Amino acid sequence: MTAADGPRPGASSGPPPGAWRPGDSQEVYYAGVRMVRYDLIKELALALLGTAVLVVILAAALSSPDDPPVTIQSWAQSDPVDFVTTAVAELSGQSETATYGPPYNNTAGAAQAIGPFAPAQWAGVSTPIDTAKDFVLDPLGLASAGDPALSSALQTYERAPSSEQQSWTTAYGHALAKGTASNGSVQVPPGDYGPVPRLMNSLLGVARTGGLDGLLLQTGHFYQTDYTRPLLFMGDGSYLPNLAAAQHLTGDQWGMMNETGSYPGQTWLWLYTFWYQVPPFSTAPNADLIVVILMGLLTALLALVPFIPGLRDIPRWIPVHRLIWRRYYRG
Amino acid sequence: MADRRESATGDSHATNWTAAVRGILERRLPLSNLLPDRQPYYVGSWVYVFGVITIAALIWLIVTGVVLAFFGPQWWHVSAVGHFVNSLHFWAVQVFFVFMVLHLWGQYFMAGWRDGRAPTWIIGVVIFAISLGTAFTGYLSQQNFDAQWIAVNAKDATNAAGIGAFFNVLNFGQMYGIHVMILPIGIVTLVALHLVQVRMRGVVKPIEPAGSASGAEEAQRRREADR
Repeated sequence: MTAADGPRPGASSGPPPGAWRPGDSQEVYYAGVRMVRYDLIKELALALLGTAVLVVILAAALSSPDDPPVTIQSWAQSDPVDFVTTAVAELSGQSETATYGPPYNNTAGAAQAIGPFAPAQWAGVSTPIDTAKDFVLDPLGLASAGDPALSSALQTYERAPSSEQQSWTTAYGHALAKGTASNGSVQVPPGDYGPVPRLMNSLLGVARTGGLDGLLLQTGHFYQTDYTRPLLFMGDGSYLPNLAAAQHLTGDQWGMMNETGSYPGQTWLWLYTFWYQVPPFSTAPNADLIVVILMGLLTALLALVPFIPGLRDIPRWIPVHRLIWRRYYRG
Repeated sequence: MADRRESATGDSHATNWTAAVRGILERRLPLSNLLPDRQPYYVGSWVYVFGVITIAALIWLIVTGVVLAFFGPQWWHVSAVGHFVNSLHFWAVQVFFVFMVLHLWGQYFMAGWRDGRAPTWIIGVVIFAISLGTAFTGYLSQQNFDAQWIAVNAKDATNAAGIGAFFNVLNFGQMYGIHVMILPIGIVTLVALHLVQVRMRGVVKPIEPAGSASGAEEAQRRREADR
């Protein structure tokens, strides 16, 4: 008896005597099924050839995206006011990174949590970053060699009480709303800013030469592959996010599955990206944690489909299999 | 290592680990199952090709990835040949995912986990998940604007989940190492295991309505013959 002339669907009820049993060999499993010649190796060879042709045609015709990276230098040259505004926020401890919480610092209440479930808090500070010191004061300290005026401004700032430092940076930060850039420096309306304008314009000058790109990677080691500091610094400004928004790459633009230009991006992340577009995820302060957990659960659900009644029965209810095996069902 | 307890009949499976493993392999995965030249006649749908195209794309991904890794992460930004190899890698990723997803949906609607094939399905889902991570670290390793923005944007999710404490998406060296070595080893190993699972059990039979089973009498006869 062959599958072609075997019992047809709905022929009997109850546990079938020929149903699969654990330990059945393939000879038993395929009993009664007509076997035909099939060449797996040739199939793989043809698939290799076909995909090679397809990929070569796509690569030759469409190339691949490669928009050059943004540097601190290009940022400082293109948008000096945004650069200085960001640097002041780093110096005063008001930037996104300065108040981020784990893994960069211990800002109270900053870590995302769901009730008592706070994995970021539990993981702790693994990449400590003091934005004032790491992004502004240390690079300026290195750049001040041979520049007595800058050294003096740095000393004035570092020796001032923190309340006075805060007063200078706050006032200067507000004044930057009316800031203008000319001749490689940023000017603001007169005010009591202490040495802050001098520090900021010095930092801007170093950045415009490309020096700050190197100084932010300074770790005391010759080789360097960790770009955490410059990327966080640039991420705190408006320049980088504005460029991303222009390319439809931000979170509220389905950014994680997009790519620069008109190229396909990580389209396979559509479901992950989807959650960020709809309430309550789009407005929740702990949306990242919720979405990560949700995607973890959905992935586990997908893996366990064979054991979940309902989910495992959908293929029986939606007869796509009748298209796939139409020769079999035709008999 | 000589096994002094080998019996006169040469039946050493009880004490000789090598013989035991060989016995298991011969019983569970004979060469005729590993490389069969016959398949059930219903293995004639295009759905069966999605898996092999996914593997073909994976092979081209590895080949182009090895070339890119050999010349270093800067090469393709400054070399026309390098850019073309990167384009091959880029489009091979797209083909890989398109056909892997088609394979996944095809297997879902065929209920490919039936008749003892749940482990094959689970390994397949794990391969899919690791592939997402491999592609993600690949995008982070591009050293261009896209990589910068993905890193800045994605850090919030990894940090919120506590993963950022040991998986720093802003650390190019870490992402590059994970992308070119650790995750590809995982994918290749699991794909090999996935294929062995498929060949051990063969392709699943078409879905029968509850209560029916084709070839029931013949199967029963063969079981009794096996005893």
